[in-house]
Amino acid sequence: MDDNHIIELNGVNFFYGDFMAISDVTMAFEKNRVTALIGPSGCGKSTLLRLLNRMNDLITGTRIEGEILFDGKDIYAPEVDPVDVRRRIGMVFQKPNPFPKSIFNNITYAPKLAGITGRSDLEYLVEESLKQAVLWDEVKDILDRSAMTLSGGQQQRLCIARALAMKPDVLLMDEPTSALDPISTAKIEELIGELEKNLAIIIVTHNMQQAARVSSKTGFLYLGRLIEYNVTEKIFTNPDMKQTEDYITGRFG
Amino acid sequence: MKGTVGFQAASRAIQQSSPDEMKRKLPRGSLRWRYLKQQIFFTVVRLSALIISLSLGGLILYITVQGLPAINWDFLTLPPTDSMTKGGIMPAILGTLYLTIGAIAVALPLGVASAVYLAEYAKQGRFIRLVRIGINCLAGVPSVVFGLFGLGFFVVFLQFGSCILSGALTLGVLILPTIIGASEEALKAVPQTFREASLALGVSKWRTIYKIVLPLALPGILTGSILGIGRAAGETAPIMFTAAAFFTAKLPSSIFDEVMALPYHIYVLATAGTQIELTRPLQFGTVLVLVGVVLGIDLVAIVIRSNMRRRKRW
Repeated sequence: MDDNHIIELNGVNFFYGDFMAISDVTMAFEKNRVTALIGPSGCGKSTLLRLLNRMNDLITGTRIEGEILFDGKDIYAPEVDPVDVRRRIGMVFQKPNPFPKSIFNNITYAPKLAGITGRSDLEYLVEESLKQAVLWDEVKDILDRSAMTLSGGQQQRLCIARALAMKPDVLLMDEPTSALDPISTAKIEELIGELEKNLAIIIVTHNMQQAARVSSKTGFLYLGRLIEYNVTEKIFTNPDMKQTEDYITGRFG
Repeated sequence: MKGTVGFQAASRAIQQSSPDEMKRKLPRGSLRWRYLKQQIFFTVVRLSALIISLSLGGLILYITVQGLPAINWDFLTLPPTDSMTKGGIMPAILGTLYLTIGAIAVALPLGVASAVYLAEYAKQGRFIRLVRIGINCLAGVPSVVFGLFGLGFFVVFLQFGSCILSGALTLGVLILPTIIGASEEALKAVPQTFREASLALGVSKWRTIYKIVLPLALPGILTGSILGIGRAAGETAPIMFTAAAFFTAKLPSSIFDEVMALPYHIYVLATAGTQIELTRPLQFGTVLVLVGVVLGIDLVAIVIRSNMRRRKRW
């Protein structure tokens, strides 16, 4: 495994029952980089993303073939506990989904259960995570207020802060701005650029400008296959495959 | 098969109207007839609501008018005297409270645990479907059958005797299906996104259920319990053989004592006494108290529920 790679997929197939949602995907995600996954609806990009933190385990009747190496170890090996995988690979969802708890407790929820109990440790963690998610200034005086009172964009940044509090090595983002207005979207894109310094980010997006703006590499998926995977600039200016070009120029999808 | 589909498509094509015909078929102009239909429908719906409210209101009014004169401080705080023609119903109030709280204490943990298993853990398949059918059947079993089961199992086989424990366990079994059903619905109503959010943070499934899903489902679970409370407090048949005493002035000192209970007391006063007419006011007084007790316990649960709802909005 290349030292620069944090996650590697080798010949991954994935099935929902008999339906093959992902076929023969081989690709690698780099440390401290943003990688974007694009493609039309139903192409398998969200499925692929959810394979990386074993969220698809929750769906019955699914099956995976091939291997997904995280830090050199196959996360689907029988001895691996998915809970451990998810502690190191965080996730942000399409719709902001903060818990109906206070802002403070949203962030401390998982670290507490993982064993961090000291009040000062937790307070530090809350401040640090909120600062990383560029939300601290807006909420530092209302940490006890319910997270449900925040705006959609703030909620999504809280979800990012909540994921960051577990100090993940990778952050998976599943269309994180599709439910947000342009200003909130811009804030989150800016934030992604900052986070890149500390961890690897893999982002699924329907917004091609977004992929072009935030990522250094982009993968184009179509019908469960990885059609093209390359440096973002190349994908958006001079793609090798005709299908990629058709998609990014809006000829289909 | 393919041929049939093709044929159906073809015949549909023949029957299909042209755009002009379609336009003609769509109603234009006067809407009076449709407006009238709407009025008729609304009237029917309003009437249904009215009938329900009136019958409930009438029932409560009747009970209150008939029962209120019998109620005074002595009635609520003294045991019955003079072969139950005078005195109060204090032992029966206490007995019903004990039995109802006991039944909830038995059925709530067991019911919620079963619901968690059914909704969150069990692999949905034929076996679980069978279990669900069983639970639904249990909900439809006549309460006297539960009474006989309680007599056979708790009173005789486990040798608890006729006492609060046997009665509470029997009532607990009786309301179990209600609580399981309501709890399962409440668990299913918790949006999947909360489970995903918690699991994605590396929190185990059990802790996700315990820390996130259950608290969110609790208001719904309490709704089911409220229905259960009403049933447990009001049933006569299940406690007849398992807990209720015809008459005992002594207040229970342990869960192995027999108790009087409101529904059974009403039954006794109305059927078994020698002076049924004489005790009529007492009967209505007892009915009113029973309704009051049920509403009182319900109210506590409703207040708890609405407090939780206010805190947990999503």
